[in-house]
Amino acid sequence: MTMHDWLTDDAPASRFQASAGQAWAITRAFGRNPLAVLGAVIIGALVFVSIFAPWLAPYSPVGQNLGARLLPPSSEYWLGTDELGRDIYSRILYGARITLLIVVMVALISAPLGLIIGAVAGYFGGWVDRTLMALTDVFLSLPKLIMALAFVAALGAGLQNAIIAIAVTAWPAYARIARAETLTFRNAEFIAAVRLQGASHLRVIAVHVVPLCLSSTIIRVTLDMAGIILTAAGLGFLGLGAQPPLPEWGAMISRGRSFILDQWWVATMPGFAIIIVSLGFCFLGDGLRDVLDPKQRDGR
Amino acid sequence: MTPALGIRNLYVRYGRTDVVQDVSISVEQGESYALVGESGSGKSTILRAAVGMVSDWRGEIEIDGTPRSSMAQADFARHCQMVFQDPYGSLHPRRTVDATLSEPLKIHNIGDRDHRVVEMMRSVGLNPRYRFRFPHQLSGGQRQRVAIARALMLDPKLLLLDEPTSALDVSVQAEILNLLVRLREERGLTYVFVTHALPVVSFLCDRLGVLHKGQLVEEAGVDKLRAGAFDEPYARELFAASLGAGDRVRHAV
Repeated sequence: MTMHDWLTDDAPASRFQASAGQAWAITRAFGRNPLAVLGAVIIGALVFVSIFAPWLAPYSPVGQNLGARLLPPSSEYWLGTDELGRDIYSRILYGARITLLIVVMVALISAPLGLIIGAVAGYFGGWVDRTLMALTDVFLSLPKLIMALAFVAALGAGLQNAIIAIAVTAWPAYARIARAETLTFRNAEFIAAVRLQGASHLRVIAVHVVPLCLSSTIIRVTLDMAGIILTAAGLGFLGLGAQPPLPEWGAMISRGRSFILDQWWVATMPGFAIIIVSLGFCFLGDGLRDVLDPKQRDGR
Repeated sequence: MTPALGIRNLYVRYGRTDVVQDVSISVEQGESYALVGESGSGKSTILRAAVGMVSDWRGEIEIDGTPRSSMAQADFARHCQMVFQDPYGSLHPRRTVDATLSEPLKIHNIGDRDHRVVEMMRSVGLNPRYRFRFPHQLSGGQRQRVAIARALMLDPKLLLLDEPTSALDVSVQAEILNLLVRLREERGLTYVFVTHALPVVSFLCDRLGVLHKGQLVEEAGVDKLRAGAFDEPYARELFAASLGAGDRVRHAV
């Protein structure tokens, strides 16, 4: 039996084979969507660059060379140099690490938080729902960047605080989604059936409710990644995110602002990096939306 | 002998109206009892109150002589399970047959899951090759078999069936009914069957209670149903209506 037959067997012999087959089906469906693949390639490249930045970058990201200030892109400095003579290409490569760190940390903090709050609110309903959703609405009613600004101002400037501030502002959207999803099936008979089997509320929420909200939340998080990057860049731009000399992309744009008319590359190159990575996450999110629902997957 | 399900003076309230009024039923161990009545007569509501899906009720509900209210959820689960009407809504859409059937075993920390799941699938007439399928990859009849298998995983003695065949087409209905008859014989189950199809009752049940507007108007043995000799006018009316429907089905076939 070949590997392919083993994966596409319609009567898998073990749990392992069944889940391997499912993973295969998801990968196949994903591969049929060119934009999603492009998104995955961009994100893959971001991860690759983050890991191997020291080997890929021709120069140090912080080493100054005042003799080579504000040089245009050339064969020596691929994307030019900034006002302190630092190679912008190297800084962007190292900046990928910071971007990835922000995105991953924000997703890891805010998505589970929103998911749990939303699922609990939707599942129990009543006063639990009203209390949690009132709290969510308070957070939701304030513009994200403004609230992140307020948090950073309170906690102090810095990368870590920027991550916390963005995470605090990002969860309400996930809570709303998870609640809305939960409401559609909280009275469904399959939930009643597991309750009848003696499952605790905790188990029903963790094992039966949350997985049903998971795919829409994952999709929303991936689509929000672009927004998170932009918020982080915005905080960096305002000088409240990563502090110099860290090569954070938003902060780099901010520094380049003074030279934007004469030395356009200083602000533009990190801007391109932000756009490409944001687009990558958007494509990936769209692709995941089509793939994560087993019903839709089989329909193709 | 203590009844498998004893209900005394049950009132169930939806909003401001009592949809079930003063119903008392006693179902013996091993018996198959049917609750019949038209839509809205409160027959499903009685089951829902018994399993705790409806909380606003008064009266007494006893399972094997123990009051429902003093039973822990886990303990109740081992005594009594329910099969729902719609096999499309009663199976978790993202869980495979294997996951659905393993779940009660996991909740109750019962080992040897692989073996038990395959064994149960065979016993409800499901080919074990469907074990890792999702509900949407199964037919209606197969789904209802999964739902029945799930209800039996904990080996309860009392099975509440809420119109288990009415969402299925006629040929599949017969298969599921035969399966229910066989399972009852093999496992010594007690059935409480909610339905509006009287032919199903005469096929599967020993005794029936006729519900009308939330009240139990008549209880009778199945021989009385076969003869059509009900005492109450409403029960006779229901019988006549169902006879007509049965004729229509026969003509259609």
